[in-house]
Amino acid sequence: MFEVTGLRSGYGQSEVIKSLDLTVGDNETLAIMGRNGMGKTTLFKTLVGLIEARDGKIALNGEELTKEPTHKRVASGLAYVPQGRMIFPSLTVLENISTGLETVKSKRIPHDIFDLFPVLHDMRHRKGGNLSGGQQQQLAIARALVSNPEVLLLDEPTEGIQPSIIKDIAKTLNDISEMRKITIVVSEQILSFTMEIADRLMVIESGKIVYEAPRSECDEQTISDFLSV
Amino acid sequence: MDYSMQDLMAIFAMQGFAGLSFFSVLLLMALGLAIIFGQMRVINMAHGEFMVIGAYTTYVVSEVMGGWGSWGAEYYILFAIPLAFLVAFLVGMVVEVLMIRHLYHRPLDTLLATWGLALIMQQVFRSVFGAREVSPSTPSWLDGAWTPTPMIYIPLNGLFIMGLTLVVTLGVVWLMYRSRWGLRVRSTMASREMSAAVGINTRWVDRLTFALGCGVAGIAGAAFTMISSTGPTSGTLYIVDTFLVVVFGGAGSISGTVVSAFLIAQGQSILEFFLGSSMAKVLTLLVIIGILMLRPEGLFKSKVRR
Ligand SMILES: Nc1ncnc2c1ncn2[C@@H]1O[C@H](COP(=O)(O)OP(=O)(O)OP(=O)(O)O)[C@@H](O)[C@H]1O
Ligand SMILES: [Mg+2]
Repeated sequence: MFEVTGLRSGYGQSEVIKSLDLTVGDNETLAIMGRNGMGKTTLFKTLVGLIEARDGKIALNGEELTKEPTHKRVASGLAYVPQGRMIFPSLTVLENISTGLETVKSKRIPHDIFDLFPVLHDMRHRKGGNLSGGQQQQLAIARALVSNPEVLLLDEPTEGIQPSIIKDIAKTLNDISEMRKITIVVSEQILSFTMEIADRLMVIESGKIVYEAPRSECDEQTISDFLSV
Repeated sequence: MDYSMQDLMAIFAMQGFAGLSFFSVLLLMALGLAIIFGQMRVINMAHGEFMVIGAYTTYVVSEVMGGWGSWGAEYYILFAIPLAFLVAFLVGMVVEVLMIRHLYHRPLDTLLATWGLALIMQQVFRSVFGAREVSPSTPSWLDGAWTPTPMIYIPLNGLFIMGLTLVVTLGVVWLMYRSRWGLRVRSTMASREMSAAVGINTRWVDRLTFALGCGVAGIAGAAFTMISSTGPTSGTLYIVDTFLVVVFGGAGSISGTVVSAFLIAQGQSILEFFLGSSMAKVLTLLVIIGILMLRPEGLFKSKVRR
């Protein structure tokens, strides 16, 4: 279980995340919806420790991570796929995936990662920077997955990606969730994508959760209203 | 000038070879500096002093082992090289912990602080070893020359230094491109945040990188003792040329560093014969400035889009 309580964070004078609580169960997929600038990226960076939390608690299976540096949180079971993928452009695809093995014993890339992303196998010797946006997104997810995370954090995985590929990503995430039984927290602006993968949806507005419902009970119109200005 | 064609060839060959010893030391120095700069954007003004640490270590080993009889005097250099690396590596690590890590993201402060460190280190050398230059005795198997033709005379210690440089350079290339540690360094160079987010302890990578760069400078110091005597300020002789090599080569690129060290060392060495050493330095500097105006990113730059 991944638990966040009373989380606050921000930049300099401005507070962006304002006392936010969320709990995600094992093997649950939680989507956090929100317009541009509502604090999704700030939340995710605070969860992995790239931004320091000003207050509150972050805990994974009872182990408190709030004060831990980023690399220790990853070793404890968090994995992060940032907005804009942030693969290492100067490293090859294989090297990019290898960086994800930092916190696991074996430094050999498990071959089942290429069953999920066959295109990465075809491109394995290319530089990450020379892949298309969709391929880079797959690479970023692969890099996060090889660390065998308990919680996968994905920040706007569909941003700048064409609709047919978005469908592929949705299918992949569902496969991952089913095969690996991991917990997924994903931030999004595209509701149709979220409705395909999420067990539960939340809406974040100005750093606070303003709406929450399981997918089956979720009112798509209300969420759409939140997402459009 | 009235040199015959044959004379000119011999001059080029010999000055070229003198240039190769200079090239070797310069390359070792520049590799260390380029690794540190590429990884951390830290300009280490005390890099020359780490070379001197290696040189004094070599001197001390030669003195100590020289006392063990002829065997020690002959083979001290084989023990001095790894020890020069180790001592410079450890001092580098201490400096990183006490100073450098507090100054990341403050390039100007780092510049000043490492410059101050260089002065302090020079004073320490002076107190410990005195102001006079010292030089270990050359083992007899390196004392001599190879003379392929009567006009060409190639010193054996120069060949030894080149061999050493080749081994160290290949070692660095292997570390950077084939080892797990190199993967960490390269990913941290590309993105510090993202490297942390895949679980890399980037602070530890920084520390080891800085220490490794200093250690390689220490090896340069061991090589340096074979072509020159060592004094407290010997490091300052090399630091400007080393910076030139790194900037000209395009910081962070190993092949760029090699090519640039070669061109600068050879250019200076051959020009020196005809123009004297200060004019040779001025001319080299002018040419490099000219080239950098045309290619500000240095000789080599990465072709990958970011
Ligand atoms: N580095 C920064 N320094 C200062 N303020 C920032 C910084 N990054 C983001 N902000 C501000 O924090 C707020 C939340 O930004 P954040 O990037 O978390 O939003 P987001 O929900 O991820 O938006 P998007 O959908 O555009 O990615 C915004 O008002 C933004 O201007
Ligand atoms: Mg964002």
